[in-house]
Amino acid sequence: MIEARGLSKRFHNKKRGEIRAVDNVSFVCKPGQIYGLLGANGAGKTTTLRMLATILEPTDGTAVICGYDVIEQPEKVRASVGFLSTATALYPRLSAQELVEYFGRLNGLDEPTLKKRVDDIFNRLDMNGFRDRRCDKLSTGMKQKTSIARTLVHDPPVMIFDEPTVGLDVMTARTITAFIRECRDRGKTVIFSTHVMSEVEKLCDTVGVIQSGKLLAEGTVTQLRDKYAEHDLEEIFVKIVTPHYVHVEAR
Amino acid sequence: MSLRNIVVVYKKELLESLRDRRTLISSILVPLLAFPVLMVGIGELASELYMEASHEPSKIMILGGQDSPDVLDRLTKVKNLRVVPASPNYIDLISNKKIRAVVELPPGFQASAERGEHLTVKIYIFSGDLKSTFGATRIEKFFTEYRDERLRRKLAAEKLPEGLMNFLEIKQQNVVSPEKVAAETYGGFIPYIVILMCMTGAMYPAMDLTAGEKERGTIETILSSPIERTHLALGKFLLVVTASLVTASLAVISMGTSVTLLSRFFPSHVEGEGLPILPIHFETVIAVFIIAVPVAVLFAAVLLAISLFARSIKEATSYLTPLTFAVIMPAVAGILPGIELTSKLAVIPILSASLLFKELVSGTYHWNLIALMFLSTSIYAGIALFIAVKMFQRESVLFRS
Repeated sequence: MIEARGLSKRFHNKKRGEIRAVDNVSFVCKPGQIYGLLGANGAGKTTTLRMLATILEPTDGTAVICGYDVIEQPEKVRASVGFLSTATALYPRLSAQELVEYFGRLNGLDEPTLKKRVDDIFNRLDMNGFRDRRCDKLSTGMKQKTSIARTLVHDPPVMIFDEPTVGLDVMTARTITAFIRECRDRGKTVIFSTHVMSEVEKLCDTVGVIQSGKLLAEGTVTQLRDKYAEHDLEEIFVKIVTPHYVHVEAR
Repeated sequence: MSLRNIVVVYKKELLESLRDRRTLISSILVPLLAFPVLMVGIGELASELYMEASHEPSKIMILGGQDSPDVLDRLTKVKNLRVVPASPNYIDLISNKKIRAVVELPPGFQASAERGEHLTVKIYIFSGDLKSTFGATRIEKFFTEYRDERLRRKLAAEKLPEGLMNFLEIKQQNVVSPEKVAAETYGGFIPYIVILMCMTGAMYPAMDLTAGEKERGTIETILSSPIERTHLALGKFLLVVTASLVTASLAVISMGTSVTLLSRFFPSHVEGEGLPILPIHFETVIAVFIIAVPVAVLFAAVLLAISLFARSIKEATSYLTPLTFAVIMPAVAGILPGIELTSKLAVIPILSASLLFKELVSGTYHWNLIALMFLSTSIYAGIALFIAVKMFQRESVLFRS
């Protein structure tokens, strides 16, 4: 369960002064559901997810994940979360297995549990062919699988995906979307950010539209279609964000 | 404080560092090979050049002396001296190394010498040029023998003992052990090397573990794991300290081995110049290592904090390069003569270590100053580590764009 309560994040920039990257965002994401955070570049998606993953601390508001507060208990929150984004790279000089084991140990797994968990994941994701290969020698698809294995090693109840398919080819992107669905089917709470409408339609139980740091609309895809009297999700998105749209460079 | 997590991070960083060619080169290969190459290679080269210069005949010129044919005749017959015709542009010829030295005889030299009058022979040289010095030495030797021969004849004529020529000999006698003399003469190089290697060994790992993580995009990956940032900082810090101490230790071992091998296989290189060998005892090595710990801690913490601020290894390099000069200056103080460890200097970081290393190498132990240096450097190291750990908790540093 994820519960964002008035999450806000302000940054200070010498040239542009104070920037409100995220402004009073609240939403709830339940177990066994996928919550999609839909927004353009610079809308505040990544900052929101980074606050949920406790990589950044909120300036105002808070979020509670699996009963743990992101400000008060960040380590417990992170132990409950698997965080995957295109920015979460792999250690190039570690093998796929060493990398997954490293994160398993950081999550407090004992050695027998870790070994069993790693074997299970490597079998499930069909990774045994490259488990001893260094990460800098892996193909993009292999790297994505290794990243998935890293987020799964401690079997977290909450999964956070920040634009996980950006820059990936169709086949690798399908691996990721299949994995996101599998997480939901296993009863995990899933939140992911994207600006790809088709991904939202295919995956999300609930959609939140974010622009200029504000959550402008929320609901199921059907609810949004009814509310804005449009079938095409892209048109709906444009209708919602246009009054608030400020080009990212102008911000 | 979870020691387990710190150890997990440390082991992972160690594994990655051992697989990194650049770390292996800067932390292991350079300190191991630098000294044999420098000492044997450059020593051999210098020796070759010296031998060549000592065997080469010196081209010299004589100014004046037309009224002293005997002296001129004998001078032209000196082995390894080749006299060229006099020329008014002799200064240019010396400057351009066409000739090595010029000797100027005063008018009536021979007659005045017979009468026992005071005479001055001037030798013009190119100061600092080895071959010019050899030429001047050969000329000086000739005139010293000429003077002694005159004097010996005079004494014999007056029936005076030959001992009068040198009846008062003034001699300086060293009363300090050769080990201390060696430490005073060139023992300062050891602290210089230890300090420099502590810095060099820590530099690349510090950059790789911080700015390198940002550059490779792994900083967000590790920050999304449950490890506390303090533990992450401490795990990385311990690896940088290890690299620093390993590099410094390898440098000292390599230096000691090179001197031993050099003295065994090329004894003339070490003893020929009259320099005593500096024996490095086991307890001295241990003492130097113990004192090097707070120095390595200080460097590791400072380098980590600065590197973490950088967005890339390239940017970190531009920050750390000027720091190298700030470290070299006090480290060089150990080589300078006359500077000794006092209670005031014992609280100046790096300089205190440099001077203390020099004392330890010579076998001098001023326990109060050792304690003061250890305490002050530990405090500075602790402050630097505190700042480095705090930096790991600042978003503006970790996600600087």
